[in-house]
Amino acid sequence: MYEGAVQDLIDELGRLPGVGPKSAQRIAFHLLAADPADVRRLVNALVEVKDKVRFCTVCGNVAEADQCRICLDPRRDPSVICVVEESKDVVAVEKTREFRGRYHVLGGAISPIEGVGPDDLRIRELMTRLADGEVTELILATDPNLEGEATATYLARLCKPMGLKVTRLASGLPVGGDLEYADEVTLGRAFEGRRLLDV
Amino acid sequence: MSLYRDEGVVLRTQKLGEADRIITLLTRQHGRIRAVARGVRRTKSKFGARVEPFGHVDVQFFVKGSDFPGRGLPAITQVETLAAFGAPLVSDYAAYTAGTAMLETAERLTDHEGEPALQQYLLLIGALRTLAARAHEPALVLDAFLLRSLAVAGYAPSFGDCARCGLDGPHRFFSVPGGGAVCGDCRPAGSVVPSPETLDLLGALLTGDWAGADASETRYRREGSGLVAAYLQWHLERGIRSLRLVERSS
Repeated sequence: MYEGAVQDLIDELGRLPGVGPKSAQRIAFHLLAADPADVRRLVNALVEVKDKVRFCTVCGNVAEADQCRICLDPRRDPSVICVVEESKDVVAVEKTREFRGRYHVLGGAISPIEGVGPDDLRIRELMTRLADGEVTELILATDPNLEGEATATYLARLCKPMGLKVTRLASGLPVGGDLEYADEVTLGRAFEGRRLLDV
Repeated sequence: MSLYRDEGVVLRTQKLGEADRIITLLTRQHGRIRAVARGVRRTKSKFGARVEPFGHVDVQFFVKGSDFPGRGLPAITQVETLAAFGAPLVSDYAAYTAGTAMLETAERLTDHEGEPALQQYLLLIGALRTLAARAHEPALVLDAFLLRSLAVAGYAPSFGDCARCGLDGPHRFFSVPGGGAVCGDCRPAGSVVPSPETLDLLGALLTGDWAGADASETRYRREGSGLVAAYLQWHLERGIRSLRLVERSS
């Protein structure tokens, strides 16, 4: 046990995900030895993230104003919406630079065993966005696991009467991998979604 | 240090750390087991897709030190798929929700880890296979599974003879705490009077008379589901969370 402030800092750091008591101690002593200006910057960043960050009223992504940067950008195509589970997924899709439409963050996936049903996600908000008829394509980019697939199935069924084009991200073999190591579920999906090579 | 191998159904997965998962399985020889699957959340994982819920798999476990239950979780080292029930279930929302309720019930009815529960295991495999084949309505398969699971666990309800005195049925009254159908003399306070057709349906589901169950009307199925849910929750003491989200045909 250390005295007062040092121990308090170690205790607080130890509450962070993935930080054990030894790591907490290492970080605490690093901060103690660090330049005061660096520590001040970290403190400001922590305070600001709690004060400023809100959730976009349109898509549910993290934002610093009422609406996020992507929803406010007039260059983004408003006729395509990509549905993702978390804000982290928005960043992942943005990195591909393939998608120029807008997003909708659900805030999770349907998982009855955890008690999460369709009403606990931002599905009602999505339906409101689709109601005005401006959107022509909905891309379902939920995780390729069981809950994500079930959520995609649920949304596809819900949107069917609206006459939208509903698409699901392809799943298959990772680029740079070996065919023999692929598991049978993924390989099966890759066969299912094979495409014509037009050369 | 030891390796052992078993086949089982994946009941539940929980995130662990950066890229790992804790996998709960109902196995043939060792009952319910929790094991760690390292790195399965990474896209380059070689067996991530095999340890998703509903997967019927052949697994190799590795236990460090003595294999006292509770002394650290075993690690999953190899997995082969025997049957992937996940894919057909996930494309049908009603079947998915019914299947999830089955997994949760199977987990709850096998409360001791490492204690063999062969009958429950075989029942679950059979129910998932029936559900994936879409041979019957998902809600009916679920109710049949719930009733038979309760029977395997020793809580078989009666839908014919009186559950208390054994008087030959059929009887009008149904009591959840009383153990099923009860005669006019034995009926405890709070007994309900379901339609005779509902009790026939539940009896058919318990004994496996699918021709009779498939021919039943929707209103009796709904009433039957309500009774099954009440009966299950009474015996498990705590509710099954996914049961609330099961989609039933209107």
